[in-house]
Amino acid sequence: MLPQTDSNRGVYPQRRSAMSAKRSASRRDFLKECFSGAALLRASGTMGLLAPVQQAALPAKSKVVIARDELLRGTGSTVDSRRMLSLLDRAMQTLFDRDHAIEAWSKLVRPGETVGLKVNTLGGRGLSSNLQLVEAICERLQEAGTKAGDIVVWDRDSNELEHSGFHLSTGASGVQCFGTDRVDYEPELVTHGSVGSRLSRILTQRCNVLINVPVLKDHDGAGVTIAMKNMYGVIHNPNKYHPNGCNPYIADLNMLPEIRSRMRLTICDATTAQYEGGPAFKPEYSWRHNALIVSQDPVALDYTGWQIIERKRAEKGLKTLQAEGRAPHYIATAADAGHQLGTNDPSRITVAEA
Amino acid sequence: MDHELDVQGNVNRRSFLKCALASGAALGVGEFPASLAAAPLPGGAQKQDDAQFTVEAKFYQKLQNKKVKCKLCPRECTVGDRERGYCGVRENRGGTYYSLVHSRVCAAHVDPVEKKPLFHYLPGTVAFSLATAGCNVNCKFCQNWDISQSRPEQVPADFIPPRRVAELAKQYGCPTIAYTYSEPVVFSEFLMDAADAGHAAGIRSIVVSNGYMQQESLKAAYGKMDAVKIDLKSFTESYYKDVVTGQLKPVLDSLVTLRKMDKWTEIVYLVVPTLNDDDAGFQGLARWIKTNLGLDVPLHFTQFHPEYLLKNLPITPVPTLERAKAIADSEGLHYVYIGNVPGHPAQNTYCPKCHKMLVERVGFTASKNLIRKDSCPFCQHPIPGIWHT
Ligand code: SF4
Repeated sequence: MLPQTDSNRGVYPQRRSAMSAKRSASRRDFLKECFSGAALLRASGTMGLLAPVQQAALPAKSKVVIARDELLRGTGSTVDSRRMLSLLDRAMQTLFDRDHAIEAWSKLVRPGETVGLKVNTLGGRGLSSNLQLVEAICERLQEAGTKAGDIVVWDRDSNELEHSGFHLSTGASGVQCFGTDRVDYEPELVTHGSVGSRLSRILTQRCNVLINVPVLKDHDGAGVTIAMKNMYGVIHNPNKYHPNGCNPYIADLNMLPEIRSRMRLTICDATTAQYEGGPAFKPEYSWRHNALIVSQDPVALDYTGWQIIERKRAEKGLKTLQAEGRAPHYIATAADAGHQLGTNDPSRITVAEA
Repeated sequence: MDHELDVQGNVNRRSFLKCALASGAALGVGEFPASLAAAPLPGGAQKQDDAQFTVEAKFYQKLQNKKVKCKLCPRECTVGDRERGYCGVRENRGGTYYSLVHSRVCAAHVDPVEKKPLFHYLPGTVAFSLATAGCNVNCKFCQNWDISQSRPEQVPADFIPPRRVAELAKQYGCPTIAYTYSEPVVFSEFLMDAADAGHAAGIRSIVVSNGYMQQESLKAAYGKMDAVKIDLKSFTESYYKDVVTGQLKPVLDSLVTLRKMDKWTEIVYLVVPTLNDDDAGFQGLARWIKTNLGLDVPLHFTQFHPEYLLKNLPITPVPTLERAKAIADSEGLHYVYIGNVPGHPAQNTYCPKCHKMLVERVGFTASKNLIRKDSCPFCQHPIPGIWHT
């Protein structure tokens, strides 16, 4: 074929490292090895700077659960594993109206399904998906019948996972943990609206079910990065989708069938959150919120998380994101008639305290 | 397994030739056998030593809170700590901005210079052509999107420092190094150093670029080039916004600056059916060139092939290209070519005065060059260009 312009070229063939079987780890080993280491917010609309859009034929209401534990860290700085497990249980029981956590998990994932936990490790040790939280999710998934080897904890880059305290694990059994750099992206593009990207092979080939485990934080471009923005870690070209406050890119990306069909739940880590200076970790702008925000509606969750960040900004005497020219308009786009990924209408969101 | 380059950057001649001379050689990007595809590799898909490719960027400004503002292209990305700009090849590390693609060659080829295309620059010679990953726009028709729209760590690459580039060009009989395929704007630091190394070894440099660059960086980086080919993708801002994800005005400014710098420049206009193929656009373009650059700038109308995000459009019909050429001819431009249409008579160079054929091209090579002393041998009319080494 003829080139558009100067396009035909030779390229160096990919160097492939030989496969090597890494030692497998038992579940308990993995759990040891892989992880080192206020008041109910009503989405009342008082901070609803973006008008909710007209929506057609959406389910009655979306539920967002905020579970907090002021004693999550005891007297120290590290999250207590037992308290985290109990916090997660409360969140899941409340979200799914179940008396026992395992019942909630059984409702979410069937045995035999492969589950990907998409964490966020851009913020390093200070502001990445909490290790104890991921450990607790893995434990409950296994108790609900998912095999350890059917769970993969992942993000785009193995180094970033390690820098955030995760131990990489690629054995045949045991919970898996590695970045897309280990398996590459699919060669073919997938497109929706403004987005054309190659997807992580971890998503396409290792997960039937996606559980999103983002962090609650400020973002210099998008306004906030919570549930939907975390999907930027699934594609090969996130840098192309930061103009215009990441709008409509975040919404378009979350529309991709490969993502949408797998997405079952978001468990947002708000144990440590950040209200300014994100997405990189800035200790001076972060606070210990000691909370989890859980929902099956990523739009409602992002809207709710945004309100929490606005409250913190107000408390700290900072301008609203709108006043700073970086209100998260992508949330309204995700809720609009062309996307319908969820609702940003406070009157359609039930925020429940666990 | 073939390795074109060993870790020292030395080319294994046999495998390099196999790669370089196989036209349209298959890409090695993302090639995992299906059975292994989802199994993680211990060391990663292709681990590259980032440190050897990382140099501080030349064109940026430090801001508060460890942010930086890139001054290389008109996008002027403001980049927070640990983030990258739009092109994906520049990263803020603790308030210092770095290029991640110095000497990080992901594509190399020995090409006829006509393939760039440069028609008035050393016809019949070959150029040692190379690229790194990354681009500062996102053209919906890109044929090289697998490298241009990727981050450097996603693309297999080898370390070829500037002096080695010059050595390789010499070794393969190339009088020029061409920076091409992806978008050289984003690897400016490497391009500048390679041009210096090339000049020290008697090798010239040419660049194939979108021209979407700030004026200061353009002067500094392309000031080191011996010839420039600019892709002027349309003559409307709306096309640049919707199809290119860029802006027209800075590209026109670059063309004027290059003219003032007296750089040999040729322009390519890819004609995309229904999107930039109207008469008014062709006429506006030709008039702008006449007024701002002069009649002697070669203008190539090239044929579009459906690719990347524009697979729904047909190949440009040849009569559309001929219509574009007729409009530019009627505005008085002297050297208007039709590209990507093998055997078309409008890929030859004719004397604007006596209309005799001066350079005949077959495929991507100049098969006959009658120009002598930079003039037509029949009527002695001067023919602009760099015709002989
Ligand atoms: S060169 Fe890259 S980082 Fe710099 S302004 Fe352009 S797109 Fe942004």
